[in-house]
This record gives sequence, structure tokens and C-alpha cells, in this order.
Amino acid sequence: MAELKTETITLNMGPQHPSTHGVLRLELVLDGEIVLEVKPVIGYLHRCFEKHAEAMTYPQVVPYVDRMDYLASMNNELGYAVAVERLCGVKVPEKVEYIRVIMAELNRIASHLVALGTYGLDAGAFTPFLYCFIDREKILEIFEITCGARLLYNYIWVGGLSHDITPNFKEKVLEFVKVFRPRIKELNDLLSFNKIFIERTANVGVLPPEVAINAGTSGPTLRGSGVNFDLRKNDPYSIYDRFDFKVIVGNGEMGTVGDSWDRYMVRVWEMEESCKIIEQAIEQMPAEGNVQEAVPKRIKPPVGEIYARTETPRGELGFYIISDGTNYPIRVKARGPAFCNLSALPLMSKGCMIADLVVILGSIDIVLGEIDR
Amino acid sequence: MNSNEIYNLLKSFFPDAVIDYKDDKPVEPYIIVSAKEIDKICLFLRDEENLQFDYLSCLSSVDFDNDNLAAVYNLYSFVHNHKLNIKVIVPKSDPVIKTVSSVWNTANWHEREAYDLMGIIFDEHPDFRRILLPDDWEGYPLRKDYKVQEFYNGMKVPY
Repeated sequence: MAELKTETITLNMGPQHPSTHGVLRLELVLDGEIVLEVKPVIGYLHRCFEKHAEAMTYPQVVPYVDRMDYLASMNNELGYAVAVERLCGVKVPEKVEYIRVIMAELNRIASHLVALGTYGLDAGAFTPFLYCFIDREKILEIFEITCGARLLYNYIWVGGLSHDITPNFKEKVLEFVKVFRPRIKELNDLLSFNKIFIERTANVGVLPPEVAINAGTSGPTLRGSGVNFDLRKNDPYSIYDRFDFKVIVGNGEMGTVGDSWDRYMVRVWEMEESCKIIEQAIEQMPAEGNVQEAVPKRIKPPVGEIYARTETPRGELGFYIISDGTNYPIRVKARGPAFCNLSALPLMSKGCMIADLVVILGSIDIVLGEIDR
Repeated sequence: MNSNEIYNLLKSFFPDAVIDYKDDKPVEPYIIVSAKEIDKICLFLRDEENLQFDYLSCLSSVDFDNDNLAAVYNLYSFVHNHKLNIKVIVPKSDPVIKTVSSVWNTANWHEREAYDLMGIIFDEHPDFRRILLPDDWEGYPLRKDYKVQEFYNGMKVPY
């Protein structure tokens, strides 16, 4: 029998596809069920935040950075505030630093919960998603009590915070941590060590460490590949050098180092480490202090420029800010972690099946608001 | 190694391509290099034994002044835990820089973004096209003299 003629086809996935986590389009070149090439097409949510920022004063930029990575707004604000404060040389009160760390870590847990829950959905497990959202709801409640908003907070200002914490804040947070710890174990029983889930994710989308570094990935995507690097430890900002916590790295427990399961598991154990940081911060936090004491009346950084980077749930968020000595920044460039992580997708999904592509994409936990800015 | 030592080392290997070293507070020190040799310098920075800048943190485009654009490279080394900032300044009339995407894969998308929003052209880039804006968009939004187009495909743009 003569050889059958085969052809590759180009298939469009997204931008309205539930497993692309937002408005992401993937151009796939397929040989039957096998993906030969992936081309991410981004920009559907582009609003040129960087151009907007040039027309704003420094404090007015904060609500815009909220809307970049809308699942981890506190971490974005912290990154921006750290950058501007370093540029101006503002020293923030101790109490503010502690509240910031607690908020950032709570938001990290909330963001990871969404990532893990929706990852379960991608792999076909519906129930863990509901469990994750119950706990996330409790965190959002704490945020709501503190600053009135549930998603986009405008809470961490340059030099301070918009509101002081409520009197029962500490108890509420400690109670959350106490309830949440066993829930991690529950999630592990439900999803992480579920045989079907492991079959679906282990050995899928392997990203070797050298490739991960060269592609500029960061956060759980980089650590899942076994690279021990966390900006909170390796380039500390705020007061992260005072806390005792472990950097979680992937070890290929279920398959190869750097597979999708490793990236998933790094997030699970990071929630535990965040709990540790929160407990230590609550304990060390000074009771007295005015959270708006150091907020400058007018922010006019000296002529200069800075690149400051912080660790968000997705990785290294960098702000490159240039000041010409006026109230308005000349240039604000945001280096989004998900932007760089997504650019590594073609490298880890060559030769996989379409169904696995969904799993790989879920494991890098993208937020399109930050990729498109 | 600190930036000054790296500058001296680079200067000895690339006397013509390394232009200047600036260290004025509060700006972090940076090295200005030539647009035509940036790829060779970056390859050297990545592969030299005691430099090993294996990570490109960020690549930003800047509307430097009235006549010039700039690209800023923030480098980091996992091995030696040191940082370096590099600047390339090109005239607006001929904004061409050699690509470094063969050195660090990160640069691929960042260079496309710099082209898309600032109009810097990266020579020999493997996949050179706009990334965030539509392919038929006119102009480069982050330039200070940018005027938004009146109509895009028959739709009024300014609101």
C-alpha cells in the first residue's frame, strides 16, 4: 500500500477558551494530536499602563499596578512602593513593614489557591476548586475588613498604608492560619497525591533548569525546575530577611525535575511557608505606630532611575522607574513575571499532546492582566 | 565583581565597543556600549568564567532625550550573585540594535515589546513583529512625541 500523505494543520486555541485562563490565543501547529509548535499571541487586554503612568503622579500609579496582576494586587503594590521608596530614600515605619509583609503573604496564599484550584479544573477535577475558593474567601474577607476592597485594594501606598489595621486583625489572621494549615493537607489528599492527577501532570512539560534560567522564568516556574532562588531570600527587600522560612524547590518526586507536577507542588508547599512568615510577623509586629506617618505630602524623587524587583506569587516583578525630579515619572516599565514565564511555554510544550498543553499552560499560572499590561 | 571592575575587564576586551561608565548616585552604575557590538559583549558577559551573567532580568526601552532612544539591560548572575546594568543609546533617526535573543531567550519577547511600543529595531531577531499591539497599528505609543492615529480600520480611536 502506498504511504498515506499526512499534513500538519494550524489550529487556533483561544482567545475565548476556558483553559487559556483569560484572553490568550495560542496558534498551534499540529501533526494529528501532537503539538509541533506553539505560538502564543498576546495583547488582547493591552491598555498601555506604562503610557498612562507617565501622565500620573507617583501615588496615582498605585491603582494601575493593582490591575496588572489582579490576583495578587498587594504584591504588585508592594513592588511598586519598594521601587519608589528606594528612589526617594523614604524610610517606612516598622509597623507598616510588618503589615505589608502579612498582606503580601496572605495575598500569595490567595493567589496560589486560585492557581491550584483552577489547575485542578484544567486537569478535570472540579471539587478541589471549590475547596480552594472557600479558603480564599476568608482571606478576601480579611482584606475587605482592612481596606474595604476585595480584589483591587490601593492599600499599600508609597511610604505607608491607606488604612490602619482593625483591633481584631491579629486574632483574625491567626485564626485563619490555624484553620488553613489542615486544609493544605486536605488539598493534598484530594488532589496533589491523587493517582489520576499525578498521571496527568508528572513528566509532562519538563523544563530543565538551564533552559528555565535562560528563558528568564521566575517564581514557582523556576523553582519547580529545581533552582533554589527566591528574591525574598536571595535579594531581600522590605523586612523579609528577618523571617525564617524555606525556599521550596521541585525535586522530581513523581517524575522528572521541572515537570508540571513539580511546579504545582511548589505552590502547595509555599502556602505553608507563607503561613510561617505570617505567624512570625504577627508575633514581632509592634503595637504602636502611625501607618501614614512617612507618607510624603508630595512625592518628588531626585533625578535618577531604579530597577527594583520583588517576589510576587508568579515570580520576579521588576519596576524600572526613571525620574526627572518632577511629580511625574518619565518612564515606568513593569517586568511582569508571567510575561517571561509564558515566553517559555513554546520550549516546554514541543511534542506534547493537545490535552497536555492545557496542563502545561495551567502549571505556569499566567494572569493576562499582567502579561498584556 | 562590582560594576567598575566589570567595566575595566570589558574595556580591555572590547576597547571600541564599550563607550562609557556612569556612577552618579542615586542611579545604579551602568555601562554604555555600542549598539553594533552588544550581542558580542552580552555573549562574553554570559560565558566568561568569573562573570556568568546567565539571567536577563529586564530589558526596557526608554525615550532617552529628543534625539535618542535607549535600551536598558538589567543582568543578574545566579552563580556569582552580582548585577550589572547596560545601556545602549541609539539615534531616533536610525534606532537599530543587534539582538541578544540568541544569548538569553528572555530577550526575544522583551525586544519585540521594545519595538512595539518604542520603535527600536532589533537586527537579526528571529521573530521580529509587534507583540502587544495589532500588526497594522501606526506609530510607537511610548515615544514622547506619539500622536494616536485618528482611525484604526474605520473605528475612531481617541475617545
